[in-house]
Amino acid sequence: MAYATRRLRNLVMMTLCVVSAAIGLGWLLLILGALLYEGFSGLSVAVFTQMTPPPGEAGGLLNAILGSLLMTGIAVVVGTPIGVLAATYMAEYGRHARLTQVVRFINDILLSAPSIIVGLFVYELLVRRMGHFSAIAGAVALAVIVIPVVLRTTEDMLLLVPNALREAGTAIGAPRWIVIRSVAYRAARAGMITGVLLAVARVSGETAPLLFTALSNQFWSTDLNAPMASLPVTIFQFALSPYEDWQALAWTGALIITVAVLTLSILARTLGGRREGR
Amino acid sequence: MSLAMARPDEAARSAAVRRFALADGLFRGLTRAAALLVLVILGGVVVSLVEGSWQALSTFGLGFLATETWNPVTEKFGALAPIYGTLVTAAIAMVIAVPLGIGIAIFLTELCPRPLRRPIGIAVELLAGIPSIIYGIWGLFVFAPFLQRHIQPAIIAATKGIPGLGQLFAGPPYGIGMLTAALILAIMVLPFIASITRDVFETVPAMLKESAFGIGCTTWEVISKVVLPYTRVGVVGGVMLGLGRALGETMAVTFVIGNAHRIAPSLFAPGTTISATIANEFTEAVGDVYTSSLIALGLVLFVITFIVLAAARSMLLRLERRAGG
Repeated sequence: MAYATRRLRNLVMMTLCVVSAAIGLGWLLLILGALLYEGFSGLSVAVFTQMTPPPGEAGGLLNAILGSLLMTGIAVVVGTPIGVLAATYMAEYGRHARLTQVVRFINDILLSAPSIIVGLFVYELLVRRMGHFSAIAGAVALAVIVIPVVLRTTEDMLLLVPNALREAGTAIGAPRWIVIRSVAYRAARAGMITGVLLAVARVSGETAPLLFTALSNQFWSTDLNAPMASLPVTIFQFALSPYEDWQALAWTGALIITVAVLTLSILARTLGGRREGR
Repeated sequence: MSLAMARPDEAARSAAVRRFALADGLFRGLTRAAALLVLVILGGVVVSLVEGSWQALSTFGLGFLATETWNPVTEKFGALAPIYGTLVTAAIAMVIAVPLGIGIAIFLTELCPRPLRRPIGIAVELLAGIPSIIYGIWGLFVFAPFLQRHIQPAIIAATKGIPGLGQLFAGPPYGIGMLTAALILAIMVLPFIASITRDVFETVPAMLKESAFGIGCTTWEVISKVVLPYTRVGVVGGVMLGLGRALGETMAVTFVIGNAHRIAPSLFAPGTTISATIANEFTEAVGDVYTSSLIALGLVLFVITFIVLAAARSMLLRLERRAGG
């Protein structure tokens, strides 16, 4: 091929790459721009202090925000220990066990499985047996999503801890569980916190698993045995409604979630980055 | 620590050792149980989906997969329309997102000015984490009306009468529909595919690329003859992870697909996907057969995504092994 043709082909392909980057990033910026514009125009103190209103009345998203916080909190409290313990087995006790390989593969699949499937699972497991929708069911569904995220990051972090540290602990006579607790966990702490933050970020935007577990609730409720509102489900209902004030609240809710998720991811990233930088 | 305090007295020493061994055994058992729980969860998902869909599957048999009818009144249900919608929207989304994603990855690894590389890379990764409901709400309020007013009428007019294309873009411009859903899916999986592909591209040893540049290759030749062949498995794995996401995506699609249980030749027609059907109808489903049919849809989705994700993971694993070995 002549040099000129090769140069030309290179130029064309490289231009296409730049164009695709411009299209892709521009498109995403467009979405964020619309979100900021629509979200900010509805933002007020009332959003954080009042309940979700009936159509045509003023109101806020307080019960939905609190429902989200409560269910996310329970999910993290339940899911984190399970994920950390399972990762501990995989990285410490059973590093070369067959079980570890199987669990790692299954966990990776759970990590990216459609979240609506998790909703169906918890519906069959809890909602059908209890006979009604409940915040507990919603929190369990979210916990099922937390576990793979925490497990994956914790295992990765524990595998990065140098073996010499563990050997030093064992050499002064500490049993395995003390070595794990005060050497391995301590060395991997920043990474483990990153994992939990990422899990919170992931869970706080999840809608599908809550649709038929926690359902929603128009009123203030802290009863874990009753349906509970959450920010994503409220956004879903309000956005699809024909009422303009509900739609405006949906935009504002979407902005709140995005800001929360981005803040958490950036926080997780700075924590992780500091560890890498050391 | 009590060990340090213990007198060199055999009884106390062996008691301490026993205590430690016991605690260690307990902790080991606890971690093992947690690891097993992960398997139990997946098993539970399979069992509960099969159990829940049993009634529908025994009523309709395998015909469930090949029937287009979805009629809650006569309680006749078939999964063909949602399966069709799921596969078609995901396929179109991948056709758009894969070239764009690889283009972004090439841009980030080869063309982007160095000071911008990290910020843009981080921005792409952050965008990959934005909840899908955000894409859905944007699609519903901004993108669909825009398509309806400006793009769809033009395409309909331009393709009218052309055999094939005319049918593909026929019908009134609703705004919402299969194509809109596919476009939203594409933009949603784009940052995901871009960031994985970039990570994979970065595993190429610098020496390989430098040797190619050294014998006079252009950047494009280095990418197409060295980088892409070297990373083929990883790129395919990343693309399939993206496909897994596109297939199972619920919220981004539910807003804009129109939820119509029929297979229309036109991409502008409203349709439905498995996840959108479940999200829209589950809480309103009356009767056991209806609910069971929706869970059966979930089972179908789970089987499809399981196959795709398992293939993706084993491909990425192969790449990891090669990188490590």
